[in-house]
Amino acid sequence: MESSFPPRGVCAPSPPYCLGSQVIIHTLLEQGVEVVFGYLGASVMPLFDEFWRVEAAAQFERNKRNLLQENKMSTKPQTSPEVGTVHKPGSQVMVDMLVEQGVEVMFGYLGGVVLPFFDKLYDAPIKFIIPRHEQGGCHMADAYARATGKVGVVVATSGPGATNLTTGLATAMMDSIPLVAITGQVRTDLIGNDAFQEADTTGITRPITKHNVIVKDPNQLAQAIREAFYIAQTGRPGPVLVDVPVDIQFAQCPIPPKGEIELPGYRIRPQGHARQIEMAAEAINASKKPVLYAGGGVIISGAAEVLCALAQKANIPVTMTLMGLGSYDQARPESLDMLGMHGSAYANFAVQNCDLLISVGARFDDRVTGALKNFAPYAKIVHIDMDPASISKNVAVDIPVVGDARLVLEAIIAEVEYRPRKEWFEQIAVWKAKHPLRYDRDADVIKPQYVIEELYRQTHGDAIICTGVGQHQMWSAQFYKYSRPRQFITSGGLGTMGFGLPAAIGAQLACPDRMVIDIDGDSSFNMTLTELSTAVMYELPIKVCLINNGFMGMVRQWQELFYGRRYSQSSLKNPDFARLAEAFGAVGFTVDKKDDVPAGIERMLKETRPVVADFRVDPEENVWPMVPTGKSLHEMDGLDIFEMA
Amino acid sequence: MKHILSALVLNKPGVLAHVAGMFAARAFNIDSLAVGRTDDPTLSRMTIVVVGDDKVVEQVRKQLVKIVSIVKVQDYVGQDVVARDLMLISVSCPPEKRPEMMALIEMFNGKVVEIGQKFVMVEITGPENKIESFIDACRPYGIKSMVRTGTVAMPRQARTPQT
Repeated sequence: MESSFPPRGVCAPSPPYCLGSQVIIHTLLEQGVEVVFGYLGASVMPLFDEFWRVEAAAQFERNKRNLLQENKMSTKPQTSPEVGTVHKPGSQVMVDMLVEQGVEVMFGYLGGVVLPFFDKLYDAPIKFIIPRHEQGGCHMADAYARATGKVGVVVATSGPGATNLTTGLATAMMDSIPLVAITGQVRTDLIGNDAFQEADTTGITRPITKHNVIVKDPNQLAQAIREAFYIAQTGRPGPVLVDVPVDIQFAQCPIPPKGEIELPGYRIRPQGHARQIEMAAEAINASKKPVLYAGGGVIISGAAEVLCALAQKANIPVTMTLMGLGSYDQARPESLDMLGMHGSAYANFAVQNCDLLISVGARFDDRVTGALKNFAPYAKIVHIDMDPASISKNVAVDIPVVGDARLVLEAIIAEVEYRPRKEWFEQIAVWKAKHPLRYDRDADVIKPQYVIEELYRQTHGDAIICTGVGQHQMWSAQFYKYSRPRQFITSGGLGTMGFGLPAAIGAQLACPDRMVIDIDGDSSFNMTLTELSTAVMYELPIKVCLINNGFMGMVRQWQELFYGRRYSQSSLKNPDFARLAEAFGAVGFTVDKKDDVPAGIERMLKETRPVVADFRVDPEENVWPMVPTGKSLHEMDGLDIFEMA
Repeated sequence: MKHILSALVLNKPGVLAHVAGMFAARAFNIDSLAVGRTDDPTLSRMTIVVVGDDKVVEQVRKQLVKIVSIVKVQDYVGQDVVARDLMLISVSCPPEKRPEMMALIEMFNGKVVEIGQKFVMVEITGPENKIESFIDACRPYGIKSMVRTGTVAMPRQARTPQT
């Protein structure tokens, strides 16, 4: 409870009201008590909590003094703190900085060295979501960022807490997702001593973050967090980790006034080079057979509308990468859908035959290009990217434009002209008619593609779709058609199985009024299904549409095609997912007959609680078409199966 | 082809690890790496020698620039640069061999830093090929141990056209 504290001389603490336990400690200190004897018990726990704080703060001061003496560091003369500079405990500074950055929802898990932070968070205007595993929390923050464009925030304790974040950080890194991870660290004087729950967090996460930093000086804390948010969301976004030792969380840290962030080694050039833009526009106007190739960068930079305007104005067909899905409305006739290993045949043929490939915010990933030496052999290549290092990394580019996709496209659009390109569109129409995406619609078993098509039909293409990784992910990319950015949330670059469920939770929190569906595979779902408990706890009406084939489907497909059908270790004994869901407090049911699929989907969509709908699909269905590794993009397998009559 | 990259970096812990880790993770090879503070105590300079074709080295340069703690990276290829290595080398040298050893050291502008009954320690600086030649010249006497810094380099400013 709060006690009133009568001001008394110089010793009066600055807040006139504070916790009773703090009043006791203050009074003891005021009386010059240096040593206290005693024994713990439930009723004196708050007091011992305060003792610990005071001890830790004192310990920090001692460490600092020792360090200064040992090193005889010629520190700059201590300038008196500027008038107006507020000092607060580090834990409070961390919370204040998050509030300053506009954080409304964050994710994370408790642990010893983040308790001071969690204590301050208790009173903060931030909605906090506790996952069941730090990896889940990291994916949730990641999907929250993907669904909103805002920075996702995750917090974890030192050691195992931090190492559990790594998969999530690497996922966000590969897909350029703005994320700030805050980890606790052992006391600065213990670092390097193999202390309990100590890990070299910055060392471990350096290659999988855009930037990371450990804060060992209380004066740097506030700025480190501001810089983390700045770096995470500017330029090519990515995860930034701030490691905060527990004694820094206890120490008094200044909050300098918020100013411009200046980082000498970090420059962003959002405006493209004028001459390069001009060359790109000239190439577009001169092209007879152009293709726009849109990646995740279009979504990140908010360039979808401009992309659409460019495709309309210059009359250019658009194909998208997995990460780019949603950047162009697939219902439009210019859409070639996805390209690449499991892309549509017409997209891959168009790329292989085009005379100009305009890449926007994509990075020529090996799953997109197939064999590099034969990729887009007749094309001049324009590459618009925020990251100079992406340009000419895999494919030699003719016209590079470094800059923000939206700004560059806006500049290009002013200089392009309409061209009819009748022959090119006719050719594309032939490919589209001859090689649509297809599967055996007459089969007696449930075909996975049928479930997704039916889901698309019943949701009118409006739901936010999250996925795990594997066959179900590819079918979700092929058979659900996306019309707006941030509608398809999937782990593209890293290919993180188990991403789907936590991603759906993050997306649902980001978009409470949208329908969020996790189309998941049974093996992917198995990896993180413990997060169902999180969905139930926060009453999130997410839907898990399980494409259950009893296999690691994509692995099995490769074993079938390239390893002589030797299904080594790729089939699983699954739990009864419906009953498991019920045990979690969610709704679960199984659909194993084709005729029951529409009703099953209807039931799933109507449910207001978290629901797991377990569709038992054909165990040996494959994803077609497929460009085998090492083959060129036009050398697709599976085009001739189920040839239409 | 050999490229000398000169990187101005923030003098902070972890930057060297970041650079070394990036080279390893992206399968680039470092021929040599020399790090030292600059006149500005907040900045260090790394001189990195990389062997690779222009495309690879350009990718190395871009990946270095991407690291937030790296302020500036220059590739000195095609420029007139002064490039120097420093070596300490301890060579077997019984008293009767001293005169010829001394002549050799003098030829290479080396400096004797320690002399013992059976050896001599020499400090020698110069371009890499001079260092290599000196090592070859010492080999017949028997090299007891040697240590080299990586290359450090600076462009000749008077003769390089300013852009």
